[in-house]
Amino acid sequence: MLRTQGLNFVYPLGEQLTFPDLNCKDGEHCLILGQSGSGKTTLLHLIAGLRTAQSGSVVLNDTNISELSAGQLDRFRGRNIGIVFQQSHFVRSLTLEENLVLAQRLARVPVNYGRIASILAQLNLEHKLRAKPEALSIGEQQRAAIARAILNQPTLILADEPTSALDDANTEQVIQLLQEQAASVNASLLIVTHDNRLKTRFEQQIQL
Amino acid sequence: MNTFQLSWKNLRYKPLSTLLILVLFSLGVGLISLLLLVENQLRENFEKNLAGVNLVVGAKGSPLQLILSSMYHIDAPTGNITLKEARPFLNPKHPFIDQAIPISLGDNHKGYRLVGTSQEILKLYNAKVGSGKVWERNFEVNIGANVAKELNMNIGDEFKSSHGFVDEVDMKHDHAQAFKVVGILAPTGSVIDQLLLTTTQSFWLVHEHGEEEHHEEGEEDHEHGAEHEHDHDDNEYSDHKQDDHAHTDEHHDHEDGDHEHHDQSDDHDHEAASNAIPKPIFEENDSAEITSLLIKFKALNFQTLNMQRNINENTDLQAATPAIEIARLYTLMGAGEQVLRIMAIVIIFVAGLSIFISLYSSLKERKYELALMRVMGAAQRKLFFLVITEGMLLALIGFVIGTLLSHLGMQLLASFMKDAYRYSFTAFQFLPQEWFLLMGALLFGFIAAVIPAIQASRTDISETLTQG
Repeated sequence: MLRTQGLNFVYPLGEQLTFPDLNCKDGEHCLILGQSGSGKTTLLHLIAGLRTAQSGSVVLNDTNISELSAGQLDRFRGRNIGIVFQQSHFVRSLTLEENLVLAQRLARVPVNYGRIASILAQLNLEHKLRAKPEALSIGEQQRAAIARAILNQPTLILADEPTSALDDANTEQVIQLLQEQAASVNASLLIVTHDNRLKTRFEQQIQL
Repeated sequence: MNTFQLSWKNLRYKPLSTLLILVLFSLGVGLISLLLLVENQLRENFEKNLAGVNLVVGAKGSPLQLILSSMYHIDAPTGNITLKEARPFLNPKHPFIDQAIPISLGDNHKGYRLVGTSQEILKLYNAKVGSGKVWERNFEVNIGANVAKELNMNIGDEFKSSHGFVDEVDMKHDHAQAFKVVGILAPTGSVIDQLLLTTTQSFWLVHEHGEEEHHEEGEEDHEHGAEHEHDHDDNEYSDHKQDDHAHTDEHHDHEDGDHEHHDQSDDHDHEAASNAIPKPIFEENDSAEITSLLIKFKALNFQTLNMQRNINENTDLQAATPAIEIARLYTLMGAGEQVLRIMAIVIIFVAGLSIFISLYSSLKERKYELALMRVMGAAQRKLFFLVITEGMLLALIGFVIGTLLSHLGMQLLASFMKDAYRYSFTAFQFLPQEWFLLMGALLFGFIAAVIPAIQASRTDISETLTQG
C-alpha cells in the first residue's frame, strides 16, 4: 500500500508545491485529477522516486523511499513500481520482446519468456513480439507500455496521462486494460490525468 | 539482454554510422599493423643475414648494391673483380682477416641463385648439411632447404644452370656440364636457404663453355653476314667488314685467354678438370674473376677500420660495411614509413573522433530510452558502462578487421616478395606489438566514449520524461 505525507516540492525557480496526503491500499485504484501546471507529473515522479521532495515522505509497503540510497532506489523502483507514461518510450534498437526481457533483467527478475508471451497475448500484441517499437501504432505502443509496467508484478502501477494522446475507443480500451491488469497482479493503480473522460470510471478521486 | 548484447544491438541499429567508424578504425589499425609486420620481418631478414660479415669487397659502384647483391642476393652485382685484385684478402696469412669468402654470382636455377663460393660460407651462416655431403669437387652442389622444398630437388638430381638471375629458358647453359646435387642444407632461416652453392671454379668452367657457345653463335652470324655480303652493294659491304673485324678481335682475345689457361693448367682435358677437387682459390691465376669477397676480421681495431677507406681510395675495388649500408637503407625506408605512420595515426584519430561524435549525438536521440532504463531499475553506472562498451566494442571490432586486413596484405606482400626475391615472409606471424596495438585501440575507444558515457549516466530522469 502507498502512503504519502506532507510532500513538499520546490522548483529550481522557487515555485513551491504542497501536495495533499495520499492513501492508496493494495489493489485500490485512484485517480488524481488536475489542470496543466498543477504538478500532477511532479507528484507522480516524487512517488516513483525519480525526484526528491524537499520534505515529506513516500512509503510503499513499509519502505520509506526517501531513505534509500540512489542504487537501492533504482533497484526498488525496477522491482516494485511499474510506470506508464503519456508517450511511451522504448529502447529503439530492441524488438518488443527484447524490450520486455530488458525490463526483467534491469529489475533483476529472472527472464521468463512464457510470461512475456502470455502478457502480450492478453493485450493482443502477440503478433508484434519481434517488431521494433517504431513499427507499432500509438495504441499498440500504449498497450505495450502497459505490458511492460505490469510485467514484473509490481505493487504499484503509476500512469501519467496514459490516455491524452488517444481517441475515445483507445482510451476506453487502455483504461480497461490498466484496471484489469492491475487487478490481475493485485497492484495499487494510481493515474494522474486532466482527462475528464476517466472521471466516471474511478471511485477514488483526488483533485489537485 | 546484458550490457554487451544491448551495445551490440545499438551499434547494429545505426549501421551506416557504425560502418563508417569501423572502416576508419580498421584502416588506421591495419596500416599501423602492416607497417609493424613489414618492418619487423625486413629487419629480421636483414639482421639474420648480417652473419658477422665486417666488410664486403667488390667492384666499384653503389655500396648498397654491393651489399644487397653479395649478402642478401636481391640485386644485380656491381661487376666482377679479378683474382689478382682479390688475392691479398684471400691470403690465409693475412694479419687482420679471419675469413675471406669468395662469391661468384650470375647464374640461377629456376630463379634460385647459384653461388660459386668456398665451404667456409657454411660456417658464416651456421649452416649444416642436413642430408648428403658438403660439395667438394667442381659441379657438385649443395642446395638450401627452401630450394629443395620449392623445386622438389633431391640428392643425385642434375641440372644445368641458366645465365642471369631470373628463370628464362633460352638463357640456359645447354652446352655446359650439368651440376649434381650432393647435399641439402638444413634450414637456417637465413638467405642461404634460398641458394645453390658450388665451387668458384665450376662457375668459371660453365662460363668458359658459355663463351664458346656465344662464340659459335657469333660465327653463325658471321656466316650469315657473309651471305648477305654477296647480295648487297659496296657501302653495306664496308659496314659488314667492320663488324667482321670486331668479331675477329673478340675471337682472338678469347683464344689468347684459352691459351694462357692451357699453359698454366696441367691437364688440358675439360672433363677431367670439371670433376677435380679444385685448388684453393688463393692459388688460382690472376685473370680469373669473382664477384666479391665477404670478409670477417679477426678483431675490430684501428687498422681494420682504415682498411675500408684504403681500399676505396687506393684501389679499383670497393669496400662496404654491411651494418652501415643496412642502416642507410633503414633511413631511406624510414622516411616513407614515417609518412605512412603519421597517416595511420591521423586516420585513427579521425576514427576516434567519429566514435565520440556518433555516441555524443546519439545521446540526444536516446535520452528517453536512457531515462527509461533508469526507471526500469538501471543504476547510473549501468548507463555509463553501456556507452563505454559501445565505444570499446567499436574499437575492438575495428582492431579485429584491421588486423585481418594487415595480415591479408602481408600475405599478398609475402607472395610478391617470394616471386620477386625468393625471400620468405609470413603473414601468420603475430607480433607482441600487436597486443600493444589492441590495448591502444581499446584505450582509444574508451577515451572517445568516456564523455558521452558520463553524460549518459547523468541523464536527469524526471526532467527528460517531463519534456517528453
